[in-house]
Amino acid sequence: MKAWRDPVALLAVPAVAYLLLLYALPLAWLLAKSIIGPGGLTVQPYLDFFADPFNWRVVWNTLSVAFWVTVACLLVGYPAAFALARAGAALQIAMLVAIILPLSVGVVVKAFAWQIVLRRDGVVSQILVALQVWDEPQRLLFSEAGLVLGAANIFLPFMILPIYSVVKLIDPRLLEAGATLGATPLYRFARIMVPLTLPGVVSGVAFVFSMSVSMYVVPSLLIGDRFQTLSTLTGRSFLFMRNEQLGSTTAVILLALAVSVVVASGWLARRLGSRT
Amino acid sequence: MTPIERLARALMWIAATFTVVFLMTPLFVTVAVSFGSSSVFTLPPPDWSLRWYDRLTVTRGLWPSLLTSLQVAAFSTAVALALGTLCAIALVRGRFPGRDGIATFLISPLMLPGLVVGIAMLQGFKAAGLREAYASLLIAHVIITLPYVVRTVLAALSLFDFSLIDAARTLGCSYPAAILRVLVPALGPAFLTSGMFAFLASMDNYPISIFFTDAWTKTLPIQMLQYVEENPDPTIAAISSGLVLLAIVALIVGDRLVGLRKMADF
Repeated sequence: MKAWRDPVALLAVPAVAYLLLLYALPLAWLLAKSIIGPGGLTVQPYLDFFADPFNWRVVWNTLSVAFWVTVACLLVGYPAAFALARAGAALQIAMLVAIILPLSVGVVVKAFAWQIVLRRDGVVSQILVALQVWDEPQRLLFSEAGLVLGAANIFLPFMILPIYSVVKLIDPRLLEAGATLGATPLYRFARIMVPLTLPGVVSGVAFVFSMSVSMYVVPSLLIGDRFQTLSTLTGRSFLFMRNEQLGSTTAVILLALAVSVVVASGWLARRLGSRT
Repeated sequence: MTPIERLARALMWIAATFTVVFLMTPLFVTVAVSFGSSSVFTLPPPDWSLRWYDRLTVTRGLWPSLLTSLQVAAFSTAVALALGTLCAIALVRGRFPGRDGIATFLISPLMLPGLVVGIAMLQGFKAAGLREAYASLLIAHVIITLPYVVRTVLAALSLFDFSLIDAARTLGCSYPAAILRVLVPALGPAFLTSGMFAFLASMDNYPISIFFTDAWTKTLPIQMLQYVEENPDPTIAAISSGLVLLAIVALIVGDRLVGLRKMADF
């Protein structure tokens, strides 16, 4: 029997055909339309897009917010993943509930809640005044800091879970072996823990970064029209401005960004995998 | 314990506590506001009341949108379970080239920006002459739900021992009976978790659905965002609390059936 005549393969046909026809084909068409002008292949839309300093600002907004959200999630998520793997039963259950429950509640619900939390009389402002970080209540809503805080909250589980899935597999005896051989705690962390958890970190960072680059509901509720990202600009140009040319251009740039994050993280993960 | 180890332990504890409080904050705030009497989101609320829940019955467009969302989610999850399971069987049992590529392709809608996928589908459907919002929603949501099914069922199938089916056959089961009584129960937990997450993902989707709505057909997230933008009052918090309750039920069911730890598998 020839490999490609395997009858079991037929079971994959419906799903693959569905996706090819209704998902891959439209995406390819979107891509093709954006580079095929009236007179053949053209990159003119992209040249026009990048000739406008406002659009550079939009790209910068997108990347800087995604960067800060990823950094915030990594700073909280890395130790949290360790705590989740090493905690006693009660704390572990509390953490699992706190991670899984928000995942099952919609983004609109959470973004709306952050609108309330970030108000001038909101919880964050009250805490910061009580801690005497701020002299008087301030509004975080419609600021970049507020956007980063809200987005980090929504995407944090996608940082914790991949790191946790790696940490729980690490044999604790490795650290003991390191200690027996005279390694200091910091040295053990840097030379044993960090390299072993790196694959989880890579996939967590890739998840959070690509989700932050493409988020749409969160910025539209937490920061508004004043601050445009590639994603909000794409949405606006299709839904409100009826400027399909601009929308297709930004959509393809967004797609390219997302695909390069996925490809880069896959490559990194394979490299890390082959090293160990 | 050396000071550094103590420091590391303390850091872990702080991170754990902070994570729990931080992640639960939006849910607590939503529920608290929904039971408050104040219409300006004061926290803690000056007095408790159920008035926002009363308002739910007269909120225009809420129930039709909820119904649309439930129908679309149920239909797309069912189709995704059928297509996804068949495909997962082919990928695990088949010996044809490109299986890894196909798996990545089927999971890829999860990783691409929803807005871009939505725009591409909108233009594709338009070109194919499909203008009906409801049908478009059904078709589009299968692409949202399919990756969840493929990912989880694929993982479960790769742990399944297919010689069990041969054993059942040897013991006198017919082939369909062997599938029904051996394979399906073994995959039960995978069907349930993936079906649940697929359903919730469809219920929650905004960036793809927004392109397939018209004046009559709206899904719940789209209707909710419209309320938030038009007149934000705690009625939205009351709807949200309903969704939180749905999530809690899903979590309890999931815990009973497969356990919390398994649900956190990534």
